[in-house]
Amino acid sequence: MAKAYRFIGKSTPRKDALEIVTGKAEFIDDVKRPGMLCGKVLRSPYPHANIVDIDTAAARALPGVKAVLTYENVPDWKTGIPRHVRVLDRKVRFVGDGVALVAAETEEKANEALGLIKVEYEKLPAVYDVEEAIAREAPQLYDEFPRNLIPTDVKVFGPKTLSGVVLGDVEKGLAEADYIGEGTYGYENLANPLPLEPPGVIAEWQGPEKLTVWSATQSASWHRFIMYSKMGFPDIRAISTHCGGSFGSKNYSAQPLFYAAALAKATGKPVKVMYTKEEHFGAFSWRLGSRFRGKVGIKKDGTVTAVSGEWFVDTGAFSDMAQAQIGVGCGEAQLMIRCPNWDLKTKLVCTNHSAAGVVRGFGGQELESAFHPVISIALEQADLDPVEFFKKNYVKPGDGYFWREGNWWVSRGRDYSEAIMEGAKAFHWKDKWKGWLKPSAVNGAKRVGVGVGVHGNADVGEDETEAYVRLNPDATAVVHVLVSESGMGQRSSLCKMAAEVLQLPLERVDMTPPDSLINPFDFGLVGSRGTYAVGSAVIAAAEDARKKLLELAAPLLHASPEELETHDGKVFVKGKPDSAIPWNRITGTMQTCTGFGRFEPDFSVPNFLALFVEVEVDTETGQVALLNLVPVTDVGQIIDPLSLEGQIYGGLGSAGTDTALFEESVIDRKHGHMLNINMIDYKWRTFSELPRFHNVILETPLPTHRFKAVGVGEIATSPGPSAVLMAASNAVGERLCEYPLTPERIFKALGKLKGSKTK
Amino acid sequence: MNNKEEKKRQTIGLTVNGEPREIEVGSHAYQVAPWDTLAHTLRETLGLTGTKIGCDHGACGSCTVLMDGKAILSCMTLTVECDGKSITTIEGLGESQAGELDPLQQAFINNTAFQCGFCTPGMIIASRALLDEKPSPDESEVKDTLSGHFCRCISHYHVVRAVLEAAKKGS
Repeated sequence: MAKAYRFIGKSTPRKDALEIVTGKAEFIDDVKRPGMLCGKVLRSPYPHANIVDIDTAAARALPGVKAVLTYENVPDWKTGIPRHVRVLDRKVRFVGDGVALVAAETEEKANEALGLIKVEYEKLPAVYDVEEAIAREAPQLYDEFPRNLIPTDVKVFGPKTLSGVVLGDVEKGLAEADYIGEGTYGYENLANPLPLEPPGVIAEWQGPEKLTVWSATQSASWHRFIMYSKMGFPDIRAISTHCGGSFGSKNYSAQPLFYAAALAKATGKPVKVMYTKEEHFGAFSWRLGSRFRGKVGIKKDGTVTAVSGEWFVDTGAFSDMAQAQIGVGCGEAQLMIRCPNWDLKTKLVCTNHSAAGVVRGFGGQELESAFHPVISIALEQADLDPVEFFKKNYVKPGDGYFWREGNWWVSRGRDYSEAIMEGAKAFHWKDKWKGWLKPSAVNGAKRVGVGVGVHGNADVGEDETEAYVRLNPDATAVVHVLVSESGMGQRSSLCKMAAEVLQLPLERVDMTPPDSLINPFDFGLVGSRGTYAVGSAVIAAAEDARKKLLELAAPLLHASPEELETHDGKVFVKGKPDSAIPWNRITGTMQTCTGFGRFEPDFSVPNFLALFVEVEVDTETGQVALLNLVPVTDVGQIIDPLSLEGQIYGGLGSAGTDTALFEESVIDRKHGHMLNINMIDYKWRTFSELPRFHNVILETPLPTHRFKAVGVGEIATSPGPSAVLMAASNAVGERLCEYPLTPERIFKALGKLKGSKTK
Repeated sequence: MNNKEEKKRQTIGLTVNGEPREIEVGSHAYQVAPWDTLAHTLRETLGLTGTKIGCDHGACGSCTVLMDGKAILSCMTLTVECDGKSITTIEGLGESQAGELDPLQQAFINNTAFQCGFCTPGMIIASRALLDEKPSPDESEVKDTLSGHFCRCISHYHVVRAVLEAAKKGS
């Protein structure tokens, strides 16, 4: 049983709730700077071309236009791993790639100027498929990357950065297997996390080396500590507004920031670059394409003996973070199945579509969605229940795995067997599971099937966070930590943790705005690290401040600090509430009391989420409807019930579970254009199509956190796609191989399309 | 046509959150250009940034405001068409002077019926129009009303709960 706390685990209003419901919450497009100009981008109509000539004279001559930039006069900043992406280049590599930038007094003038720029292109052949792209005769996107292979032996997480998993003896493992699942599966929808608010950045230079950027970010610090290394190390002050959704994609906005900063530099004025929805769709941040070709060997009892294969990762026109995603993805695969013999190799490939960026699931979801179906083939041969299989094979305390930086970690987290069984019970799995490729029910043309997926991440303890907690004489506290709000409610939850340590009413605990100038270092709200990593730093800072306060109070109360307690802004000797003195008596009115906390990375505590799904396939229309979802997790201790529920519901959207059903970026491979580049044609789930959704959240205390908690938010999307593919395959009685499950694919599996196999 | 009449024609008169506003027609930042959408005018000309623009093409619902009590998409409405209309935005709900919230706003707070909060103003406004027309809707009516509203965080379940709670308290 979870311990009862005063604030932790209770439903409390989000601290920013009033701002949000009254429309006062400030998002990036609500910010105006004096003299601010509007920045716009001219984008390529071709998927692959050289710019032969570019004439900007007419655009520059238009009244109200303050700057026009092309590859010839942009600053020499570069992003990408390794650095290969210029602000603008002489070559364009996808439809929507940047060609020229304009800053003007108004949006209308900026758009008019874009239309006056004359560009002559030399069109080049384009390539969209990972395996076609690595062929010798394929068009080359970059001279420095022969066969379009982007190096994976980069030091993104240090010298041993994980770019595959090699362990034990795969040949021996395969020889020991009773069954071998083998195949090639792709998760190549290139779905868009598509937060409602498009990305935007305002840049303003205070001097040649001093830059302030405002933006809506998930992790405010990235615009300082990741971006400055790409821009010659200016002193960047990064400020985040409220962020209208991110799902990874707005951890940072490298291109919009480059554009705004380059135009601001050229004009000496603040410049806002706010993407349109079309630019957001076509030129921001897609999910990686993922294809797995390989084998998995298992014994009759479900013991995994070997994993062998190749993971092709399609990053589109450039890689800004793909090697990091490969590192984390390879780590997460090892959490999903315990196996002593691995030979998982990876290839990172660039192709002529919009680039992939950070998206919730961060490599792990992409690998799992392509790899899990191969496991299913082995389980089908062995006639094993997938729930029993995952219960047996999900990483257990004492098991080891390589993590992103290449080190071997041993889990000191929990055994999630109980959690998966609780989920199975709530879902009535045993009643619904009829075996592989067998529907749980058939009602005329409608066939129902069930599936399950599991996912976990050891990133809950990734990277560093520092925090200060300042106690004010008026019995208020301020948490100084660089945390922005993009939907997780983490700013509120962190205040709750501080309030619990300080025993101060929640309304008396506040947090500094997300501004790198006034806060110490925090890596950001990624990898479900808010609770354990950020939380532990805030808790340590609150404890340090509390300790200092009690030390100051001790002589006044004629007791040792250990004998003292603080509650509601007063300090007293334990058991003697009458001795209470207010904080201002201890510090005086002109002294604050500040504590510091720091979290050091720890990859030994994997989290877990299993998702049970039930789908109904209409064999007449080919429609697949998601009827029922039961996610199960064990979070140790809930911090805020409604925020946690919201994070788990979030698994449906943001390029999550619905990528198995209908979400995809459809590219016309003849011309390279995205065909569904608007919110009507890009399918998304509406209120009228909500499935039943029942969260099962266990709270078995975890010793690694002061309040026994672990974060889980990020991974809510990850087990969904493979679970739905399994469920739909069971419903129709045929192995379905491709995402998303369009009616065409269902008909094909059922043999109802001309040219497909008949039954 | 005399000069006086011509001048008169060149302003747009609309009531925004109970306050009458006269805006000149023209292409300066403080004026209304013939191509300006209501969303643009509210946000950029009148400074009412609580109305959000998500897609700017009428597909996401985040720019929803009330026009004469009906929920409309302000990104699909030209301001020059709004002469004589009464507009209510999120800033105009409740008794903002007295600091009192609309029951829907309170219910959204109680249920944490948002994550990032970008879709919230549009959802609250659309729900207001529903409750004004039908004080006790059932769950499917709430869902139908909000089916044109995009929430990528998936706060749908909390939003439905919040709207039904506000309806229950209001009836």
